[in-house]
Amino acid sequence: MSEASTTKKTILHDLHVELGAKMVPFAGYDMPVQYPAGILKEHLQTRDSAGLFDVSHMGQVVISGDDPASAIEELIPGDIQALAPSEMRYSFLTNNEGGILDDLIVTRREKDLFVVVNAACKEQDIALLEKGLAGKAEVRELADRALVALQGPKAATVLARYADDVTKMPFMTFREVSLDGVPCFVTRSGYTGEDGYEISIPNEHAVAFCRKLLAEDEVAPIGLGARDSLRLEAGLCLYGHDLNEQTTPISAGLLWAISKRRREEGGFPGADVIQAEIANKPAMKRVGILPEGRAPAREHTEIADEDGNVIGEVTSGGYSPCLEAPIAMGYVPLAFSGVGTKINLLVRGKARAATVVKMPFVEQRYYRG
Amino acid sequence: MSYRYTEDHEWVLLEDDVATIGISDYAQGQLGDVVYVEVPEVGSDISKGDELAVVESVKAASEVYSPVSGEVIEVNEDLDGSPTLVNEAPLEGGWFAKVKVTDSTEIDDLMDEETYKSYVEGLDE
Repeated sequence: MSEASTTKKTILHDLHVELGAKMVPFAGYDMPVQYPAGILKEHLQTRDSAGLFDVSHMGQVVISGDDPASAIEELIPGDIQALAPSEMRYSFLTNNEGGILDDLIVTRREKDLFVVVNAACKEQDIALLEKGLAGKAEVRELADRALVALQGPKAATVLARYADDVTKMPFMTFREVSLDGVPCFVTRSGYTGEDGYEISIPNEHAVAFCRKLLAEDEVAPIGLGARDSLRLEAGLCLYGHDLNEQTTPISAGLLWAISKRRREEGGFPGADVIQAEIANKPAMKRVGILPEGRAPAREHTEIADEDGNVIGEVTSGGYSPCLEAPIAMGYVPLAFSGVGTKINLLVRGKARAATVVKMPFVEQRYYRG
Repeated sequence: MSYRYTEDHEWVLLEDDVATIGISDYAQGQLGDVVYVEVPEVGSDISKGDELAVVESVKAASEVYSPVSGEVIEVNEDLDGSPTLVNEAPLEGGWFAKVKVTDSTEIDDLMDEETYKSYVEGLDE
């Protein structure tokens, strides 16, 4: 087992194994892809009740300094200065060509920023933040904290048993909360399209707290497999698949994450490219795709027009447990991005009919207060 | 007449010169919930080692290779509406295709039930 020596483990690793998880290497970590219930049941459990996800492999970073909110805006197009303390926002690190280096969530706190980045990009992001913020702000990784997500319509009911003031937190807000006597960072956010929370908890308390959550009738452990099918149904992007250094926020349909002020002022890497794309429209656009029939169209499946010309590629595709049908997202030329456009998917050489559809595939159910 | 297995976890059951082909219980457990099976066309000629079917789970697509050569004479139409038959009854209702074999000695190299069982146990360590 040569992988064991190089693969990292989260603090919850032994608990996953004890629960019977099938472990797979993911972004340098040995992570649970599914538990004995299986992806299908785990997916539906999260939509119907509540699921607990270990996302400790993701990077938790604190950025502090005189004015970290304006400092970080030199690296991301997100409007962080507009955030009141405890508010959070989805944004991305861009390169000089307007491509996306990683997507991330920035929370503005009283004195600093709390940032969560993707596991696979963690080292690169921290290096980039350190370099870009040198002299203006200090970047510190919180390697001593686990991160778990409690997601689903019963998440609030469950977490309220540990701290009743979490139920009124609006979507995309942060709070320092004592859960079962342990000081935690709680955000009302997630990656499933459901109501729920992400909980940053000191490593030494993580296993005990997760055991308590898992002992709740409403909660079951959920692996990366269902995490992926849940986020796809919710129309959410996965970095390295739907987003990469060649995709711009505009082609990815993420203009909503760039405020009017930031669009006008620019001042982030690739601003000129992104501003030009806003004005002139991008060449390609990310769209939702509903294949006809039952065959899933996986990532890298070619998209063709009705005459058979290849026009794009699927970037995420699979089976939707809620729709009981295949779903996908991918990039097509602007002319083909309208809802209702008929396209073909070349699945194993066979053209299969599909339609461009609006996302999300399954309605998001965030708590807006 | 008994099940024979490949190292890739296909099974074949030969009755006269007709081979029924599917995947093992171990394989379905590894794949997880099957959501779609692409079966070959009836009448197509297939050689040993060719792709016979594709099994799609929620997570991924996996190829199933033919352990025998011959002509596909029947496919399991029930899989279209009930792909989970592969999970529920991999050795029975979850079969993929029947092939009229051209060389029935091709299955002689395959593992019998007992050999396959110990082969799978070896994989789980």
